[in-house]
Amino acid sequence: MSSVVQLKPRSTTEVQLMGSEAQAAQIDRAHLAQAIRTGDLSLLPTRRSEAWRWSDLRAAVRTMPAASPEGSPEGEGPFAAIHADGEIVIANGRRLSGDGPLVIEGEQTWRLRIVSTAQAGAHSAELAITLAPGAKLTLLESYEGEGAGYVCGFDLSLTLPEGARCERIVILNDAADAVTVSSAAVKPSPGALFSQTVVTTGAKLQRHETRIVHPGDGAAVRMDGIYMLDGRAHADLTSVVEHRGENGATSQLCKGVVTGRARAVFQGRIVVAPGADGTDARMRHSALILSEGAEIDAKPELEIYADDVQCAHGNTIGALDDELLFYIRSRGLPETEARALLTEAFLGEVVERIEHEGGREVITALVAARLLELGR
Amino acid sequence: MTMLSISNLHVSVGETEILKGLSLDVPAGEVHAVMGPNGAGKSTLSYALAGKGGYEVTQGTASLNGEDLLALDASGRAAKGVFLSFQYPLEIPGVPALTFLRTAINAQRKARGEAEMGAPEFLKTARAAATSLKMDFDMLKRGLNVGFSGGEKKRMEILQMAMLAPRFVILDETDSGLDIDALRIVSEGVNALRAPDRSMLVITHYQRLLDYIKPDRVHVLSAGRIVASGGPELALELERDGYDKFQRAA
Repeated sequence: MSSVVQLKPRSTTEVQLMGSEAQAAQIDRAHLAQAIRTGDLSLLPTRRSEAWRWSDLRAAVRTMPAASPEGSPEGEGPFAAIHADGEIVIANGRRLSGDGPLVIEGEQTWRLRIVSTAQAGAHSAELAITLAPGAKLTLLESYEGEGAGYVCGFDLSLTLPEGARCERIVILNDAADAVTVSSAAVKPSPGALFSQTVVTTGAKLQRHETRIVHPGDGAAVRMDGIYMLDGRAHADLTSVVEHRGENGATSQLCKGVVTGRARAVFQGRIVVAPGADGTDARMRHSALILSEGAEIDAKPELEIYADDVQCAHGNTIGALDDELLFYIRSRGLPETEARALLTEAFLGEVVERIEHEGGREVITALVAARLLELGR
Repeated sequence: MTMLSISNLHVSVGETEILKGLSLDVPAGEVHAVMGPNGAGKSTLSYALAGKGGYEVTQGTASLNGEDLLALDASGRAAKGVFLSFQYPLEIPGVPALTFLRTAINAQRKARGEAEMGAPEFLKTARAAATSLKMDFDMLKRGLNVGFSGGEKKRMEILQMAMLAPRFVILDETDSGLDIDALRIVSEGVNALRAPDRSMLVITHYQRLLDYIKPDRVHVLSAGRIVASGGPELALELERDGYDKFQRAA
């Protein structure tokens, strides 16, 4: 199929076909919560850590701001129009209602809002969500930067027992000068389905991490992302999926567009442990660079220690097709709209994979509005 | 009244001058053919009129109804009523033809300060246009031109033209890649759009297309200039004798 962009394959993809010595599929943790609590900046990873080489957290947080005061959100969040069975709001690291883990039974839609209203404050929070066997959760998660210059950490733990299904839709809308690290540990059981779409506009430094231990045995993971960055924004989408059991499937599609002097980081790692035969893992990252000063650092990795697997990966970076732009402009669309139309079509492939209709509509509108902004 | 007026047009692509003082007038309501051998500058003329980047006008003028076309970018010219039917229409995956067309129509209307076309009127017009071009309406719901045959792409060009209702149409080698049936359908579509307030420039290498779209005037383009003009009989003469004597003259 032809594409709206001229894409060149990049040689950064690292495929390792290893023997039986599996390394632990772990990456250095941010330890942001501890650093905020203790003020000890040396806990934070630097670019010397392989997993943080394009997102130097220590350099971004030169001095740790004071603990954020209590905050109360002004906005309603991007998912306000979608009917939800419940909502958890965490403002400046404090949960505004309820406590303890969230337990989901039956079929439910929840909003999870991580709101930062602080001016130059630091805060962190964590949340555990557990589904009952066979339960279904649509998690509409938003990071809402109402303040400025804040440092925000959030850790999510998501447990999916047998037959549970979860679709997680994440919008990261941080302040341009914020530092945010969001990290999720997802534990699906055999037969569970987990799918995720992350949409981000970046921050001063923003990292969104997903770590999944994949049990195989009928469990399936979809893990998608979209980034749309301008100015000096930075966004890092990092994920590790470790296939430990047989017959697991993972499909990952990440697309983005960067302009200005923005920097996008995509680190996708899929590990197929010894004996995880029958694994089907596909990863694709594709991006548009719209300006000279923008940068994309992509490191898709497949580490395969099993013999009988189907794995594929692709990494392409390019620019909009000039011939196609002229064709569209000759029909009457001004340059900005023509570029937005092509970019929207490019990102549309990711948006279409969102299963929840209301969520998909919100993301569609968000992408369209954001692309017009980027064009100006 | 003259609709399109081109005077002493010089156009360069990179370091190379392709059009070298081309002059041409097309009165309102008329269809003119521009014929010429390969390399004469036919495609350069259509791209320069439509406003493609990289086609630099170094000298001369081109106006539509007295308005300077060269001062406008491609979308501005489209809003003024210029439509170029591409020799090789492009595919846009992920953008359904209907979405594309409605966006284009309303972008043009907005540029002209007109009210947008509403969904009911748009769909009605699109259905009628598809029917008259013998196109399956469902094709308009797919990505524009994606997976279309050469003939289907040309029909889609004519459908876009019918819906955008331009005042000045440039048909660039519209017959290329068409079998005889497709050629007839496309030509009928073009002929249906002939109108007193609409002019057309049919750019072609072969006389064949002019059996179906009958021109009022025929011009011979050679080495970047119009070297001869005449009635429809000039096309027949070219078909019989070839371009040799004009290439020598140029």
